[in-house]
Amino acid sequence: MGHLLEVKDLEVKFALRMGDLTAINGVSFTLDRGERLGLVGESGAGKSVTGFAIINLISKPGYISGGSVIFDDRDLTGLTGEGMRHIRGNLISMIFQDPMMTLNPVLTIGTQMVETLQAHMNISRKDAEHIALEKLRMVQIPSPEKRLQQYPHEFSGGMRQRIVVAIALLADPALIIADEPTTALDVTIQAEIMELLLELCKSEGTGLILITHDLAVVSQVTQKIAVMYAGKIVEAGLTEDIIDNPLHPYTQGLIKALPDGRNPGTRLNQIPGVMPSLIDIPPGCSFHPRCTIRGDICRYESPALREIPGYRNMAACHMLGLKKEPTEKDRAE
Amino acid sequence: MKDSLIDIKNLVKHFDISGGLLEQLAVSKGRVIRKRTVVRAVNDVSLFVNPGETLSVVGESGCGKSTLARTLLGLYPPNGGEIYYRGERIDGLTQHEMLPYRAKMQMIFQDPYASLNPRMTVQQTLEEPVVFHNPSISGSEVKDRVAGVMQQVGVDPTWVDRYPHEFSGGQRQRISIARALMVDPEFVVADEPVSALDVSVQAQILNLLMDAQEQRGLTYLFITHDLSVVRHISSRVAVMYLGRVCELAPTTNLFESPRHPYTRALLSAIPDLYDRRHKYIKLKGEVPTPIDLPPGCVFNGRCPHADGRCSREIPALVHQGSEIYVACHAVEEGRI
Amino acid sequence: MKQWKRFKDSYFLHSFKHDRVAIASFVVLLTLILLSILAPAIAPHNPYDTSSIDIMDAEIPPSWMEEGNPDFILGTDIQGRDLLSTMLYGMRLSVMIGCGAVALQAIIGIFIGMISGYMGGKVDAFLMRIADVQLSFSTLMVAIMISAIFQVAFGVGRYEELAVPLLVLIIGLAEWPQYARTVRASVLGEKNKEYVEAARVIGLSSRRIRWRHILPNTMSPVLVISTIQVANAVMSEAALSFLGLGMPVTKPSLGSLINSGFEYIFSGSWWITLFPGILLVVFVLVINLLGDWLRDVLNPKLYKG
Repeated sequence: MGHLLEVKDLEVKFALRMGDLTAINGVSFTLDRGERLGLVGESGAGKSVTGFAIINLISKPGYISGGSVIFDDRDLTGLTGEGMRHIRGNLISMIFQDPMMTLNPVLTIGTQMVETLQAHMNISRKDAEHIALEKLRMVQIPSPEKRLQQYPHEFSGGMRQRIVVAIALLADPALIIADEPTTALDVTIQAEIMELLLELCKSEGTGLILITHDLAVVSQVTQKIAVMYAGKIVEAGLTEDIIDNPLHPYTQGLIKALPDGRNPGTRLNQIPGVMPSLIDIPPGCSFHPRCTIRGDICRYESPALREIPGYRNMAACHMLGLKKEPTEKDRAE
Repeated sequence: MKDSLIDIKNLVKHFDISGGLLEQLAVSKGRVIRKRTVVRAVNDVSLFVNPGETLSVVGESGCGKSTLARTLLGLYPPNGGEIYYRGERIDGLTQHEMLPYRAKMQMIFQDPYASLNPRMTVQQTLEEPVVFHNPSISGSEVKDRVAGVMQQVGVDPTWVDRYPHEFSGGQRQRISIARALMVDPEFVVADEPVSALDVSVQAQILNLLMDAQEQRGLTYLFITHDLSVVRHISSRVAVMYLGRVCELAPTTNLFESPRHPYTRALLSAIPDLYDRRHKYIKLKGEVPTPIDLPPGCVFNGRCPHADGRCSREIPALVHQGSEIYVACHAVEEGRI
Repeated sequence: MKQWKRFKDSYFLHSFKHDRVAIASFVVLLTLILLSILAPAIAPHNPYDTSSIDIMDAEIPPSWMEEGNPDFILGTDIQGRDLLSTMLYGMRLSVMIGCGAVALQAIIGIFIGMISGYMGGKVDAFLMRIADVQLSFSTLMVAIMISAIFQVAFGVGRYEELAVPLLVLIIGLAEWPQYARTVRASVLGEKNKEYVEAARVIGLSSRRIRWRHILPNTMSPVLVISTIQVANAVMSEAALSFLGLGMPVTKPSLGSLINSGFEYIFSGSWWITLFPGILLVVFVLVINLLGDWLRDVLNPKLYKG
């Protein structure tokens, strides 16, 4: 059996009046059944767009301009509306950031859950409610029978996000894409939701793509990480390798910029400049203007994601592997 | 507290959102009653801030930290308690009487997009506070000051005539900081100044704030929910929950040995980059809203150590030694 | 200089240049306004000069028809006035009343809307109730009441002299709640924004905050409804004149021309109603088209900034 999901050279462009802008420029990664991947990056890196592109939810003026998304041996980019409807909410579910936006405020929770089930399978209302109750119990919502009759505004933020997770699980999907699911939540609620998501993915064997800017959250939940910058993956590998031993200068900069409480009062490490907007992506390596180890080649040739000899991570950088880079561990010793 | 810059005593701030008479009327147990809905945002908070330090106030949504900051600066009139600036009482002053304090106390806001007037150029935004507080200042002096502060915060001074929408989020935040610094304040309240920014920009802005503090001898009250930032920049931390201070302690003490059960739960919930199999303390129940506060200790419904006393009596903030204050019966009784 | 350059580069101008309907409407509108301003200079006759009007010239058809007179290009009305000249002068009156009434509505409405929105509470409730009461009086009723009172108090002669300012007053008073509500809605949204809090922390007075900080940010919707309100005002004046409550017979606006010509359609003098009617429709149409374009351009969701 092949991978559950294989994204290959995915390209997404936006057709604007000043020309076509490339939002995602050749992103590739794989995900096996039950595997959990973190797609990490700052705002504008293209991680949300990648998530939407997988289930073909890119709306005009955006469009998928190249590459393929192979899910269970089927290329999703070629599917039409009807074909995609069968996938969304059914085989692949998505969780968004703000539950108040995701849940319809004028419908009861029960109605929304039953509706979702009935859209994908021929099932009576009673049976659908039965499944809905089961999922509500899975996400640890107390007295679920009563809850089915309630409206979203009657729940707290944390409960609402649990309901959103329950809805995502209704059709027992093979993959959940979660786009910043806890960014709007308090840290104690965030811990509960992330633990819930982790436990459920483990017990149900569901794959997870967690899209977020928060490396710490990703480190608790995922097995693999892909770091995105300006529409490309600049580093990918196992979670512990990326965090303990980041290779790409951007990843290193990102981790060092996090206040960690070990050196309070000192100046934090800054990556000079800002991530380029879609309009002015620099030629060559899109990170080179801000990079501390850039060379001449970086100015005009875009590096491909490759294995770096001597390490497990893959990184998109010309300068790595040329001479052995001192790692975080080496520097600390 | 002697010599403190800011002294807040028993501050209370409530918002009455009952609405008009018709909206208040409700039927309960067969009788018509008047229902009052009051958001008890800040309930009996006492704090002090020493000159030159950074006091962080942390808590989750609904804890009242933003309301505390705004009441402190006179944006809301308090319902009870007192506020002192260098020993002088500043709550309840008229707008005119507050003017000299306004030049000394400034604020930086969370949303870089809403905190600058979209119809004013950078020049206009930055010169307004200076000109307002120094009406006799000359035009060229204002221009020089504006250029000087822009340089300090890292925004190109030749961009003075541009509008906010022409800048990125990080740059707008720098301009907001510049606006606060224009009047040469002594005390700056920063309400979640980096929460809306990306990690790399966040580092730049935090560094800028630390530099400004060193160069100008500023005192900060830092409001945030991000505990890692707190650990990095504060000298002392106050933890709030539902309008009350649970724990107030120097940063190292708070993070290394938190006393209050809520502080412990909060700290355990922070995901650690390097400790990946980290277990967090689960709190039972739901967070009550500031409208419907439980009797006794506000935390008693969710606290693993609550007993009968906790549901009847509100714990006072008690000094435990070494500048550590905790409001908890269990700690006071030595149970935990 | 800097402002001009900024305007030239702006999205506003760019969108305009690419929208043919907007350009066409603007050109037509500009032409109409120019014609009305220059009416005294370009009209072949002076319709207000009673000595030059000969009742024997009444109801002459347009010049290209038989019985037409090259002196009167579009024919004459029932009083013997040259229709083209009367239309030009009438257009002038319509523009003056339209713009004047809107200016009055805007001044009253913006002021009340701002105070209402900013102060909230009882002041807001009170002012908005007044607005509701005002709205329940249709423009027609207000016109009847004010005209009747005025004519009784000052006589018909005085009325004719002061018809234009009176109409500006009537239409201005009838429609200010539109502006008040629009501005109030904007103010409610803006007053909780952090730049307003920042202004208060600086210590600025409420008055300065209202007019220097919040007002400029409420102008977009005001601009949009202004175009529509000008069109409405012109139509209201036309309707009032049509009903005999607007401009007097000696100084006809487009509306009164349409009115007076109406009875004569069936007797064959169709041109008296048709030509002023077409002109009025074109005028209102181009204003509405420009208003539509303006609304799209200023829509914050479409235009970031």
